[in-house]
Amino acid sequence: MIRSFKNNIKGILIEGLTLSSALLIIAIVVVMVTVIVIGGKDQISWEFLTSFPEDGMTKGGIFPAIYGTALLVILMSVAAVPFGTITAIYLTEYAKENSVIAKTIRFAVRTLAVIPSIIYGLFGLGFFIKFVGTQMDNTFMGGELKWGQPNILWASLTMALLTLPVVIVSVEEALKTVPNDLRAASLALGATKWQTIWKVVLPGSISGIMTGTILAVSRGAGEVAPILFTGVAYYVATLPASLSDQFMVLGYHIYVMTTQSANVDQTMPIQFGTTLVLLMLTFILNISAIVLRYRIRKKKSN
Amino acid sequence: MAIEKIHTENLFLHYSSKMALNNISISIPEKKITAFIGPSGCGKSTFLRSLNRMNDLIDGVKIEGKIFIDHINIYDKNIDVVTLRKKVGMVFQKSNPFAKSIFENVAYGPRINGINDKKHLDEIVETALINAAIWDEVKDRLGDSALALSGGQQQRLCIARTLAVNPEIVLMDEPASALDPLSTSKIEELIVELKEKYTIVIVTHNMQQAARISDLTAFFYLGELIEFDKTKKIFTNPEKKQTEDYITGRFG
Ligand SMILES: Nc1ncnc2c1ncn2[C@@H]1O[C@H](COP(=O)(O)OP(=O)(O)O)[C@@H](O)[C@H]1O
Ligand SMILES: [Mg+2]
Repeated sequence: MIRSFKNNIKGILIEGLTLSSALLIIAIVVVMVTVIVIGGKDQISWEFLTSFPEDGMTKGGIFPAIYGTALLVILMSVAAVPFGTITAIYLTEYAKENSVIAKTIRFAVRTLAVIPSIIYGLFGLGFFIKFVGTQMDNTFMGGELKWGQPNILWASLTMALLTLPVVIVSVEEALKTVPNDLRAASLALGATKWQTIWKVVLPGSISGIMTGTILAVSRGAGEVAPILFTGVAYYVATLPASLSDQFMVLGYHIYVMTTQSANVDQTMPIQFGTTLVLLMLTFILNISAIVLRYRIRKKKSN
Repeated sequence: MAIEKIHTENLFLHYSSKMALNNISISIPEKKITAFIGPSGCGKSTFLRSLNRMNDLIDGVKIEGKIFIDHINIYDKNIDVVTLRKKVGMVFQKSNPFAKSIFENVAYGPRINGINDKKHLDEIVETALINAAIWDEVKDRLGDSALALSGGQQQRLCIARTLAVNPEIVLMDEPASALDPLSTSKIEELIVELKEKYTIVIVTHNMQQAARISDLTAFFYLGELIEFDKTKKIFTNPEKKQTEDYITGRFG
């Protein structure tokens, strides 16, 4: 049978259409990255990375934003990684697979993962600042305002909530790669369940915990909405030195420079430079997470 | 008459869906090798696992009846499973060393018992490896990963790891089934040596192996203990027809 000319044309058209939309995606990525790299590459210098903004943030560097981002993700990890790991341990090692409690926790984790990030921001404001912070001020500060306002602690905890699902899912996946044979071997030697988890299961899941941490950090480094009401500042002249200080962050700095700056055109190079730094940061973090995860999957299939 | 070490009375075991052990009563003597034989699926592993309560880990297992070790019912409410498992060690069918060094594999049990003194650990590890007939092969590379050892060496390492806890009973579930003939005969020799100090219960689907190394043999069929006697008697002049059919290879 010879295909009709009409059908032939139709086939070519459809293939062409699907291919071009696929190519469009590549094009978008290429254009985005190229524009950012070209715009930002000349801006990046040791000077730019290590100095403070100057002249009403129209000149100078972005060191406080880098420092703030780093501090934010470290504090966030300190909260999210142990909490998420413990939850994952409960789910894989203690809860029965189909128990109501395990299903409920999994449902809650999935729900956390889809809540829009601005809502985390609102939650942080309402819960950490207005509730916990105010209580702390009333109890410890005699009513003086210290904790009942945005700061890096509340911002980090809010961000920790946002990244918790990422940690839980990664750690759970890693715990499941530890063969049950090894759990049995440990228990048969007279180890308790906790000794087995601590000495056999967790050491076998270290790379998964690291993957989870990196993914969480990479997510946390790029998000702005959760910290908008809970601690990030437009500009602070000093680095945060206490948990009750406000701080600057790369993502928010980009927003500030592009919309709130005294002279948007003049600060264009700074915007590009900051964007490039943030992009490279998340890119590097994600690549390392992918590499780690690939290694875990390979170990699992062995 | 040998001293009784393990004794079960009317033991029934159900998995969630089916019965696996049907009314097992048996008396296993101290410092002898007792072999469990029978066609696959007849409950040998299940029975072995109930002797150190590893069945507790499986959801939906129900046990009735009594198991005494040194005349103590190990399913009593006040029995500490962890202590029981130190006394009743287990070697698995598939060797399962930890992803740790050879030394740390053997030191694992002593360490969880709170022994951390380096010299004391060295001693225990060396003795265990000697007793498991693998010392000469690994003494120069105790720091290497256990996973780098051959299958037969891994299994002897797992035996050493069990011995390091200083158990009185060693349960072995087809410990040589995945090994080549040379490793198998090494393990068999080792098991025979071990009976000087330990009570050994070994599951095997290899009848020659049971005949070669065991003092007593129990034949299981469909969850029941059909016959239990001196190995020689089971293999030359069994009482039951089912036993005879099985050992002469007419089924199984
Ligand atoms: N974890 C389990 N859950 C449900 N049934 C099981 C489980 N383990 C074993 N069984 C069943 O119990 C019976 C006895 O199994 P097993 O003790 O492994 O026999 P054997 O070691 O003699 O081959 C088999 O029918 C098997 O399918
Ligand atoms: Mg079996």
